[in-house]
Amino acid sequence: MHLGSTVAEGAFRERVRAFIAAELPSVVAAKVLSGVELTRDEVVGWMRALSRQGWIAPAWPTDAGGPGWTVAEQVAFEEECYRAGAPTIVPFGVSMVGPVLLAFGDEAQKQRHLPGIVSSEVIWSQGYSEPNSGSDLASLATRAVREGGHYRVNGRKIWTTQAHWADWMFTLVRTDGTGKRQEGITVLLIDMKAPGVTVRPVPRFSGTSDFNEVILEDVLVPVAERVGEEGAGWTIAKYLLGHERVGTTGIGICAQALARLRRIACAMQAEGAPLIDEPAFRARLEALEVRFGAVRASLMRLAGGAAEREVGPEASLLKIRGTELQQDCLELLMEAGGYYAEPFIERALRAGWNEEPVGPADALALAPLYFDWRKASIYSGSNEIQKNIISKAVLGL
Amino acid sequence: MDFEYSDDQRLLKDSIERFVQDNYAFDQRRKLVATEEGYSSDHWKLFAEQGWLGMTFPEEHGGLGLGPVETMIIMEAFGNGLVAEPYLPTVVLGAGAIRIGGSEAQKAEILPAVAEGKLKMALGFAERQSRYNLADVETKATRSDGGWTLDGMKGVVFGAPSADKFVVSARTYGGSRDPLGVTLFLVDKKAKGVRVRSYPTADGLRAGEVYLEGVSVGPADVVGAVDAGLPVLEQVIDNAIAAVCAEAVGAMKTSNDITLGYIKTREQFGQPIGKFQVLQHRMVDMFIAHEEAKSMAMMAAMRVDEPDAAERKKAISAAKVQIGKSGRYVGQQSIQLHGGIGMTDEYSIGHYFKRLTMIDRSFGDTDFHLKRFGEL
Repeated sequence: MHLGSTVAEGAFRERVRAFIAAELPSVVAAKVLSGVELTRDEVVGWMRALSRQGWIAPAWPTDAGGPGWTVAEQVAFEEECYRAGAPTIVPFGVSMVGPVLLAFGDEAQKQRHLPGIVSSEVIWSQGYSEPNSGSDLASLATRAVREGGHYRVNGRKIWTTQAHWADWMFTLVRTDGTGKRQEGITVLLIDMKAPGVTVRPVPRFSGTSDFNEVILEDVLVPVAERVGEEGAGWTIAKYLLGHERVGTTGIGICAQALARLRRIACAMQAEGAPLIDEPAFRARLEALEVRFGAVRASLMRLAGGAAEREVGPEASLLKIRGTELQQDCLELLMEAGGYYAEPFIERALRAGWNEEPVGPADALALAPLYFDWRKASIYSGSNEIQKNIISKAVLGL
Repeated sequence: MDFEYSDDQRLLKDSIERFVQDNYAFDQRRKLVATEEGYSSDHWKLFAEQGWLGMTFPEEHGGLGLGPVETMIIMEAFGNGLVAEPYLPTVVLGAGAIRIGGSEAQKAEILPAVAEGKLKMALGFAERQSRYNLADVETKATRSDGGWTLDGMKGVVFGAPSADKFVVSARTYGGSRDPLGVTLFLVDKKAKGVRVRSYPTADGLRAGEVYLEGVSVGPADVVGAVDAGLPVLEQVIDNAIAAVCAEAVGAMKTSNDITLGYIKTREQFGQPIGKFQVLQHRMVDMFIAHEEAKSMAMMAAMRVDEPDAAERKKAISAAKVQIGKSGRYVGQQSIQLHGGIGMTDEYSIGHYFKRLTMIDRSFGDTDFHLKRFGEL
């Protein structure tokens, strides 16, 4: 994007909308917009539709399977998908493993893994955190010991989102316990069907459960599934976290929440009029919309061409402000529900529930969504860690 | 103004805190709220034996004649353990309406039974369209055969599943949101035409939608004066606000204690994370948030019996705004300081956050009370 250039966004958005109208089942959209959990088939079904269209990896270079969109088009695409109630794709393949393989993988790995990511035939998760390694990721202890053509892996990964759906896991392991901690870390790609891999769900207090614990017991991983050299894992992990942080800006989630806020605020009553006419409520909604504009503009300014280069420390800024905005949008959304944010029928969040909702159907799941999104300022490097990164890497403090 | 407890109050505080300690370890609470009823009848019996249920009722009606400070003491300790028994719906809301607005006959019938643990109550004051405006009442009461017929519904009635009797607001005169013309009625749950749809709330407690279809009540079931129920209702709700302010203060205290313990022991980068200044200052702000809330909850308890309604409302709204602000900060930051473990269901901290969030939603949220404060 050149400064001052105008983007022919209207026609692009029309094309995206037409695709969504044709490919997104209305049942799935309705579930997404009312906060009902999706099945793996529903999410993967949407991912495969995007793959068929060549849109699964908006930020990738064209020769690797990307659509060649500008950053403005990528943002417009994300907004349209979320506003229409498209499922959030499992991001680990296209947003993380893919870019890492493009940058660090050998030819055989690219040939083996990229097609499955581009076609959405293979679903990925990432094994980063451990019970004793959260913010201090470099302290990770999952051990990989070389035995001929394999690594024998033992350890425990936690908060592994969607590991229960995943075919493969991008995993940080320790291959060397001596010397500088960062230098003993290696990346392995682990087949989730390999003997010794156990996935256990970790329910969240919000009632949602896509967190898992992944236990690795004597898992044998072929050396061919090591990305980069032994000990190169920290450099790769940092590169990957940069990409993850751009993704965690969550501009689509914000666009969806703001649209939903306006809808609910027009439908809910306060003092015999639509809630949106309450001056205090309206002012808060408008303040969020202005913040949305600021995050969106910063995203376009700072994240252009993210798949092709190493994402710098500016990505931390997007993660901080993006997740704060997501959380504040979802908080106001819950507040819009008034008393009807209180009823909580857990079964109503699961597929197959077809009773009459308590209160307005739109109010269902408002509180669980707000609760659940407290995770956003924690995952992918807590917002405090992101501030450390800016303070150190940008400001030199 | 005296912020010190009397000896009797201190004894009360000790005995309730002991109950919470012995019976509300997090795993015990988790099991309890997962049951069908969501609370323990044995606990309820104990509350009756201890005199906690009738504490604020007049002595001639089986009570101890104590006041809002004692309610505060109970509710604060309940907040420490996230106590799930329907104390607030029964004692403060349902029986509170009888205590404040009921006839002598109603008091004689209801209050001793509540004090003995034989009768549970709930108060229906919200409706689908009402949001937080207590005068926004569309449930209709029409005169028939010397009594009244009720038609409509009351939404998100706390404690409705366990209640034997309800006090509900209904319109007897005027249009929607007219402050005149709201009347309170005592309704038996078993009465013909009463239907309750029960559900859990996001904090693990219980509530329900109460549908009233041609429900007949007698003239003796009017609580307070016909058409003039709103001032009584407002006073009851202000008492409930003072009570949940204290509960929130208790929840904040425990939430802060748990978080402080965590950051002192959780090690990252070779030291307890509590050694990092950014987390130290955060924890200090959480400490201050709790202290401010506690001051305002005490003020609320001391002023909720204020005879001048405008003064009372102003003090209560101010407290509710502070509790909303403090509770949100403490709740959110407690999770943040825990990191991933704070998001899990099997760890206690998220459950404190949920209760604090629901307290902010109840009886008027922060925006509502800021507005009421400004208009008084």
